[in-house]
Amino acid sequence: MPPTPPVAGSPVFDGTRAWALHPQVSLRPESFGALAYHFGTRRLSFLKSRTLLVVVESLADQPSGYEACRAAGVAPTELDAYTRALAALAESGMIYQRFAS
Amino acid sequence: MTLVTGGPAEAEALPTLAAEPVGRRGAPAGRLVERFERGLEAPICLTWELTYACNLACVHCLSSSGRRDPRELSTDECKALIDEFERMQIFYVNIGGGEPTVRSDFWELVEYATEHHVGVKFSTNGSRITTAVAERLASSEYVDVQISLDGATSAINDAVRGKGSFDTAVTAMGRLADAGFKVSVVVTRHNVGQLDRFEELADRHGAQLRLTRLRPSGRGAAVWDELHPTAEQQRVLYDWLVVHGERVLTGDSFFHLAGYGESLPGLNLCGAGRVVCLVDPVGDVYACPFAIHDEFLAGNVRGTGGFTDVWRRSDLFTDLRRPQSAGACGSCGHYDACRGGCMAAKFFTGLPLDGPDPECVLGHGEEALTHRGGSEAPRPSPDHSLRPRHRSGPEGRGDPGDPGDSRPGAGGRVGPVAVALLPRRPDRACDESPLAAPVRGLGHTTPGADAVGRGLH
Repeated sequence: MPPTPPVAGSPVFDGTRAWALHPQVSLRPESFGALAYHFGTRRLSFLKSRTLLVVVESLADQPSGYEACRAAGVAPTELDAYTRALAALAESGMIYQRFAS
Repeated sequence: MTLVTGGPAEAEALPTLAAEPVGRRGAPAGRLVERFERGLEAPICLTWELTYACNLACVHCLSSSGRRDPRELSTDECKALIDEFERMQIFYVNIGGGEPTVRSDFWELVEYATEHHVGVKFSTNGSRITTAVAERLASSEYVDVQISLDGATSAINDAVRGKGSFDTAVTAMGRLADAGFKVSVVVTRHNVGQLDRFEELADRHGAQLRLTRLRPSGRGAAVWDELHPTAEQQRVLYDWLVVHGERVLTGDSFFHLAGYGESLPGLNLCGAGRVVCLVDPVGDVYACPFAIHDEFLAGNVRGTGGFTDVWRRSDLFTDLRRPQSAGACGSCGHYDACRGGCMAAKFFTGLPLDGPDPECVLGHGEEALTHRGGSEAPRPSPDHSLRPRHRSGPEGRGDPGDPGDSRPGAGGRVGPVAVALLPRRPDRACDESPLAAPVRGLGHTTPGADAVGRGLH
């Protein structure tokens, strides 16, 4: 099957909502952070910090995106950068908004 | 800082990084690239040539394919290798050859790979894409196919790939409409004027166009002088890619053109042994698909530590991950853009590895080629080309051809190859038709230590 084109537009990443890694995405830790590959869209992304890897891996267990950042040790001054990173991952379908349980 | 970079990493070779913005604190845009140059835990992209057997004899074949190698990895060895890829989290492999579909266990291996979280993208000349195969591909979620085509017309294509190969490819393309596929073109002096036509052809079949660079590797070494795009054509190609680049895949092939100005989509670095490598049909691991030569042989997957050990610890790859000298290019203001170009292109044209690419856009390569002196360019090795005695008629190798025919490969290198159908499996590399009976469970001569660790040392 051809890769599914990414969803048009830019889904807003709301850090107060609950998120999770897409089930078709595989993460491979690397010294610079990690590679994320989406088997459905064939897209590859580079996570450029190990902390971001921890954040992304823990999204499913945290009540919100911001909580995942805080739990992973993201400093308040870094939160903007991490929010942008998560927004980029949301936009490419690597993470998706889930309904908090 | 920017924490995520990605792209339409339809990363048949490498994902795009071109859009990587400069960090807010002025961090250089190339920082991640520098990390890549030091190597990764596993390749981003791995090419796996499953067999050297091929029913065609393309004049520019990177792997000098034709005859099956009797030491080819067995089905079980291939599966063990896939297990290793899964453990290393190599997300997908680019399978080629030879013509990979001639292996009787091809589909078994494809299925095994996708079941083990290793996606498959394979290249084919289309000769075995039956309607049934096309239907199967349409329902395979993790298998992508690309059809090789080197001319938008049969005259230009067949001069390189052999008589009838254009029709074969187009027939396959028609069958693959529901599956979705790529059309993969090696850009040459003779087809560079057909870029728009290639795109139309791909569009008409609902396919995506992929363009790659002609390398002087394998049999390509013999035809590179007459087939590689001229300096003027390089500029045309670059301008075309700047306009169409987002819609066309290039496998990061043309990073040597970055010296013209704007970077093309892609990582724009030589990934050999750092983020890419090649596993050949007998399990030899080379730095990249364009470098099948003893100089770039890092080891063999049949060695004690398997592929993982070759990737992580081989002398050759360790060497390639050290900072490379810009050499003669050090004083050039464009070095940061093109990084000196393609290692394999330099090697097989007899140029020093720390100098300009033979197709350097500033003309330094041409100049270097002129001043090579008497030193011979290294000969590609090994050569699996079909032997001339198995060729029949006027297309056979060695036939002088029509001297007035200036088409690429004219002069007898091109043409469909007549091959004998042997009832038994061969004991040696042979000219048996790769389309003939399956060859399985061949004796495996383990290359052992002598094939491991040979490299630049």
